[in-house]
Amino acid sequence: MAISVEGARKQFGDFVALDGVSIEVPHGSLTALLGPSGSGKSTLLRVIAGLEQPDSGRVLISGRDATGVPAQHRGVGFVFQHYAAFKHMTVRDNVAFGLTIRKRPKGEVAERVRELIKLVHLDGFADRYPAQLSGGQRQRMALARALAVEPTVLLLDEPFGALDANVRKELRQWLRRLHDEVHVTTIFVTHDQEEAMDVAGQIVVMNEGRIEQAGSPRDLYEHPRSEFVMSFVGAVNRRGAMFIRPHDLEILLVPAPEAEEAMIERIVHLGFEARIELLLPDGQQLWAQMTRDEAEVLELADGQIVYARPRRAKVFEPNGEPRTEELAAA
Amino acid sequence: MTARPRLGRYGLRFFALGYLAILLLVPVGMVAYRAFEPGIGAAWDSVTTPDALHAFYLTLLMVAIAVPANTIFGIGCALLLVRTNFRGKTLLNAVIDLPFAISPVVIGLSLILVYGAGGWFGDWLLDNGIQVIFSIPGMVLATMFVSLPFVVREVAPVLQEIGDEQEQAARTLGANWWQTFRRVTLPAIRWGVAYGVVLSTARALGEFGAVAVVSGRLSGQETATLYVWKQFQNFDVAGAYAASLVLAVLAVATLLAMNAFNRKEA
Repeated sequence: MAISVEGARKQFGDFVALDGVSIEVPHGSLTALLGPSGSGKSTLLRVIAGLEQPDSGRVLISGRDATGVPAQHRGVGFVFQHYAAFKHMTVRDNVAFGLTIRKRPKGEVAERVRELIKLVHLDGFADRYPAQLSGGQRQRMALARALAVEPTVLLLDEPFGALDANVRKELRQWLRRLHDEVHVTTIFVTHDQEEAMDVAGQIVVMNEGRIEQAGSPRDLYEHPRSEFVMSFVGAVNRRGAMFIRPHDLEILLVPAPEAEEAMIERIVHLGFEARIELLLPDGQQLWAQMTRDEAEVLELADGQIVYARPRRAKVFEPNGEPRTEELAAA
Repeated sequence: MTARPRLGRYGLRFFALGYLAILLLVPVGMVAYRAFEPGIGAAWDSVTTPDALHAFYLTLLMVAIAVPANTIFGIGCALLLVRTNFRGKTLLNAVIDLPFAISPVVIGLSLILVYGAGGWFGDWLLDNGIQVIFSIPGMVLATMFVSLPFVVREVAPVLQEIGDEQEQAARTLGANWWQTFRRVTLPAIRWGVAYGVVLSTARALGEFGAVAVVSGRLSGQETATLYVWKQFQNFDVAGAYAASLVLAVLAVATLLAMNAFNRKEA
């Protein structure tokens, strides 16, 4: 394992940020720490980096106990949400920082910095100052700076959080491609489940200082072990004890067994996807997701009375395995 | 554009400039005028007498010791206040402002109480052959005391504003404490430091009350401000004005030098 955390606890005053967290991150993987704000994901990342000391528990990097090792000697690369660019240095000097600290020969530094600047597509920007770069460029510079010291792990704390939506999408695909090229073990923190699913090979879902579930994106989506994971990873409707994914909610024009009467409140068209917002007689709201073509075939309209039937639903027993109910006849 | 806001704007400018003129420019201008009234040669002669030169030397000595000492202390203290948490932080924060709050004369008297004959350390120091009060070490202490808060108060808000992410980044990149400070923190706070140094220098150049008390006004222990006062009392008004002008020129030169330095940096 590249990184193992064993029973990490961290408290800030009365607030328990980490409540006995253990994770394993394999070599060369791309892992997302996903959770709402205050779930402890950033604290966990900072504990791994050595920027925060756990009250108890251990951090192992490449099998060696690094718990007492200061950040300076851990050999991790850290990328901050707000870039933490050295404002008084050019892009070149920013990227070279770790290498000059290590007193590498000048020629070697220049060569490596050139390569890295090319890797993050900042050719031609080497002599600019951070203030002359866009947010996305600054974050790419921060990445090159972190990669320059050839870290054993790369840690990114909400790396795209401060960027515009389209830059964010572009950068996360770029990060995934970069990871394919560089293969450095990478952990990134995000509160955006779509981002986590898009980029990561492994997702660790955190809530209230604990780990809810870890697994592949698909595994988490299809086999959530708790209500929290079900509702945090992917969209969900709740009807009584049942959790229903919007794409598992079928809309029928005629009554059928298990189908409930509902009125269409609104139809939202999002490109190829259509969202049908429903109001049930008891006042509850649900929504169904279908393709544009499916919606067109049904000829749905606002105010129409339809019948909603879950194809599939999850029920979480208080003490036991969650169970999937296949309801609709195929 | 209507006429009234424009009138208001000009009125405000007129008020601000008039206020500055009456309070600052006219008196300083008068000093310059009166200094040169007897002629440039006479003014030059009056500031190059051995007494005058010695007074300027002492003033520069005060600045040369007090300003670097307070700069180092000030940066360290600002780091302590902004970057760390400890018991007594609020107290330290309040104590730093004491020199602003206490009258310089009182500062001088308090130094005599501690370091003078019969004071807490005074007798011990005298027994070991170190005379602090009515001597140059005491004057240096007084100058350091009155110019102490400036660097702290200029640097602390800048440290607060830049945050500590750059420092954390430097640490994860392998920099130790000193490398982080020298290569990341110091360049980021240099404007605050520069401004603090300018203010400390101006204050150290101009200090009168505290230094007057601890110097005992003995001859040979006069800084430039004490010299100005002495000449004034001895009816050498032109000499007093000429020396004042030199002090003013020194202060302005510090400001300009710092500006030039900053412009080159930026």
